[in-house]
Amino acid sequence: MAFPDRIERTVEIAHPPSTVWAALTTAEGLGAWFGNEATIDLRPGGSAQMTWTGGFTADMRVERVEDHTVFGFTWHIFGLPDEDPRRTYVEFTLEPAGPGTRLTVIESGFAQLADDAYHKAYDGNTDGWMKELGELVAYLDAA
Amino acid sequence: MRPDAEAIAEQVFVALADPTRRAILGALASGGPATATDLAARLPITRQAIAKHLALLSEAGMVTAEPGERRRVRYRLRSAPMRVAQQFLAALARDWDGALDALKDHLDNSAMSADTAQEGNGSP
Repeated sequence: MAFPDRIERTVEIAHPPSTVWAALTTAEGLGAWFGNEATIDLRPGGSAQMTWTGGFTADMRVERVEDHTVFGFTWHIFGLPDEDPRRTYVEFTLEPAGPGTRLTVIESGFAQLADDAYHKAYDGNTDGWMKELGELVAYLDAA
Repeated sequence: MRPDAEAIAEQVFVALADPTRRAILGALASGGPATATDLAARLPITRQAIAKHLALLSEAGMVTAEPGERRRVRYRLRSAPMRVAQQFLAALARDWDGALDALKDHLDNSAMSADTAQEGNGSP
C-alpha cells in the first residue's frame, strides 16, 4: 500500500493526563494550540469548530468521549469540496506515563472510497459546476 | 473489476506527471468543456498530440467525451477521480508533527506562566 489510510503518532508529554485532556477538549485549550479560536460541545454527536486567522475553518463532530482517556472526532478531509461526504476519524488516547502522559493520535480514513464516490468517479457524468449551474437555471426558471 | 481508491489516485497522479496533460486538464478546468481543436488553438501543442492525450485521459475517467457543436467531440473534466486523489494528498498535507509540537509548547508555556504566577504570589 503506497498511500497511507491512517496516520499514527505517539508523543510523551511532561504534563499529567488531566492537563492534556483540557488542552484537547476545551474551547480554550483547542484555541490555544490547534486553531486560533475554537468552540466545542463535548459529548458524542456534539459539534466543535476551529477557526484559523486567514479564514480557515474546520467543523468537527465529537464521536467518543471517555474522560481523561479517549477523545475522538470526525472531520472533513482537507481540500475536498464541502459537499463531499467523506470524513476522517481522529482519535486521541491518553495514558499516564510516570508524572506525564503518553498521547497517541490516530487519524484514519484517507483511503476510503464511498459507494457514491465510486459512482461519481466512474458512472456519473453530471458533476461540479455544470450541475450547480443547472440548478441555478432551474431555480431562476421557477422564480 | 471495481477499481479501488488507490488505483484511481494512481491514474490521476500518472496523468498529472505529464506537462501536456496538465496543460489540457488546466485548460478544461479554467475554460470548461472544449474540443481537441479548441484546445489546440489555446495551447502550444499539436491537435494530434492533444487527441492522443485526451484519449488517455478519457480512458482514465478524468475527462468525458460528449457530442459538441458541428459533430465535434467535446471533452469535459470529471472532478471525481481528482477528489479521490486529493484525499491521499490530504494525508500527506496533514501536519500532526507540527500540531503535537504546538500542543507541547502550549502546555509548557501554560505551566511556566502558572509557576511564574505562583512565584509572584509568594513574594512580598
